[in-house]
Amino acid sequence: MSATNAEPLARDTEHRSRADARHDLLFRLLLRFCALLVLATLLGAALSTLWGGRDVLFKDGFHFLFSSDWNPVEDQYGAVAPIVGTLVTSLIALVLAVPVSFGIALFLTEIAPSWMRGPVATAIELLAGIPSIIYGMWGLFVFVPFMASIEPWMNDTLGNIPVIGQLFQGPPLGLGLLTAGVVLAVMILPFISSVMREVFQTVPARLKESSYALGSTKWEVVWDIVLPYTRSAVIGGIFLGLGRALGETMAVTFVLGNSYNITSSLLMPGTSISSSIANEFNEAVGLHRSALIALGFLLFVVTFIVLLIARLMLRQLARREGR
Amino acid sequence: MSAVYARRRITNVIALTLSGVATLIGLVFLVWILWITAENGFSALKLSLFTKITAYADEGGLSNAIVGSLIMDLMALLICAPIGILAGTYLAEYANSSKLGASIRFLNDILLSAPSIVLGLFVYVIIVLPISNMTNGSISFSGFAGSVALALIGLPVIVRTTDEMLQLVPGTLREAALSLGIPQWKLTLQVLMRAAFSGILTGVLLALARLAGETAPLLFTAFGNNFMTVHPLDKMASMPVTIYQYTNDPNPALHAIAWAGALLITLFVLALSLLTRIMFSRKKVSYE
Repeated sequence: MSATNAEPLARDTEHRSRADARHDLLFRLLLRFCALLVLATLLGAALSTLWGGRDVLFKDGFHFLFSSDWNPVEDQYGAVAPIVGTLVTSLIALVLAVPVSFGIALFLTEIAPSWMRGPVATAIELLAGIPSIIYGMWGLFVFVPFMASIEPWMNDTLGNIPVIGQLFQGPPLGLGLLTAGVVLAVMILPFISSVMREVFQTVPARLKESSYALGSTKWEVVWDIVLPYTRSAVIGGIFLGLGRALGETMAVTFVLGNSYNITSSLLMPGTSISSSIANEFNEAVGLHRSALIALGFLLFVVTFIVLLIARLMLRQLARREGR
Repeated sequence: MSAVYARRRITNVIALTLSGVATLIGLVFLVWILWITAENGFSALKLSLFTKITAYADEGGLSNAIVGSLIMDLMALLICAPIGILAGTYLAEYANSSKLGASIRFLNDILLSAPSIVLGLFVYVIIVLPISNMTNGSISFSGFAGSVALALIGLPVIVRTTDEMLQLVPGTLREAALSLGIPQWKLTLQVLMRAAFSGILTGVLLALARLAGETAPLLFTAFGNNFMTVHPLDKMASMPVTIYQYTNDPNPALHAIAWAGALLITLFVLALSLLTRIMFSRKKVSYE
């Protein structure tokens, strides 16, 4: 290569590397902007619902949180009934779904023959793929009549137990908090069980084998070795399910019955934050609409905290694993 | 001594049996729900579902809802796929060990399970209300607002899958390309994206499966429409919202149409998630 050609070539190379550096910077900024949109979505959801609910929050303040009077005709809004409904249905869902999910995870990691594990795990996870509106329809047309048929029996048996008996007394409507709780339990089951299954698999075989060598039964290995080892992640998975249950809308809206009365019976109709919003939003105007958006803000804050705890707990195990 | 053994053995047998029963319970509910949907859905399937609009009520079909859902799902993907892929790339390639990257990844996981109805309210407050105020109410609910709400549902799914899939690409590939003097943006777009293409596509399909069945965020963004429309600023019908309205109606003829719609959506969503599962399992094999 002659000397006369080398100089433009060097200039060209320098020009190109400068252009590359510029493009790299632009590309990096574009990527970062997109990533920040994720943060903006979360922040925006919180701020916009707070802003949309400002009318009722300024007018009533904490009274909004502690009043149980929800009366659109007189423009009175208190959030207690939806909050109680959301908490009660989610709690029922957890009480039912946690043991069942644990059983499924145990079955799939320790008991089932290996040819069975994949298909059964896929089937259980398909439950998570069914759209929530389908749960709602199934709940309303099939599960509500089913519950109505077994509720008289519940009245006679569970209803006679002292203290918790009154939870199970009431007219056999089929609709109600218990039904919604059961439907929610089915919905969150795949989420909890898949987390449990995944973390159970992370337990070192050495640990389990040591326990077997000492003469433990399968159940003792699971209860005394696997569960303590994965405790934080299991709690994380449960909170993940709770977060899902709190925010679920379509599945509960059909089967809750939409009533703002707070009763001691789980067989009575109730309401929840999400179903109140779904049922009333499009007919609501003015303060009513503001109250519904404020309910949305409440729901968002509560689920955010629950999911935050869930993720922190899940991260603890990952950290110990050195991931 | 043998009493202790007997008790331990019995406890073990009971616990293991119960766990089998638990699995059976899960499967029973799956089969029960799918069976009911298939039974009611197939008996209500007819050609007029695809040719008539919902304005004819129980004499009509779902064609406008099907078209509306297709338009909004596609628009939602067009919005969330590029943003999600780029954001996921940022997490995997540029901020893998930075604090900002860690917190975005963490918060993205929260967004993944955030209540969809709140995301609907969010879009209502930032898009529907301002547009309605600007145009004095002539444009309020719109298919566009609906797609934005759906895009927010799909976004975290795509971010997460892209992030994970890019991390699976071996580091030697990056080093080989960089040693040839390729700038990083070209490396990302032309080497890494290609290597992780099927994984990223899986993420997009998963997002589609997730957002296609969503009802709650559409209720007060796209609203609903009894007539056929393809204009993104009109109120737009969608399958889930139409099913919701028909289920709430006392007319059993409408329930039948709702079941047919439910069957179509369920088949679509489950087929998508099975497809992604197959793609994903192949992916795993090819890396091992």
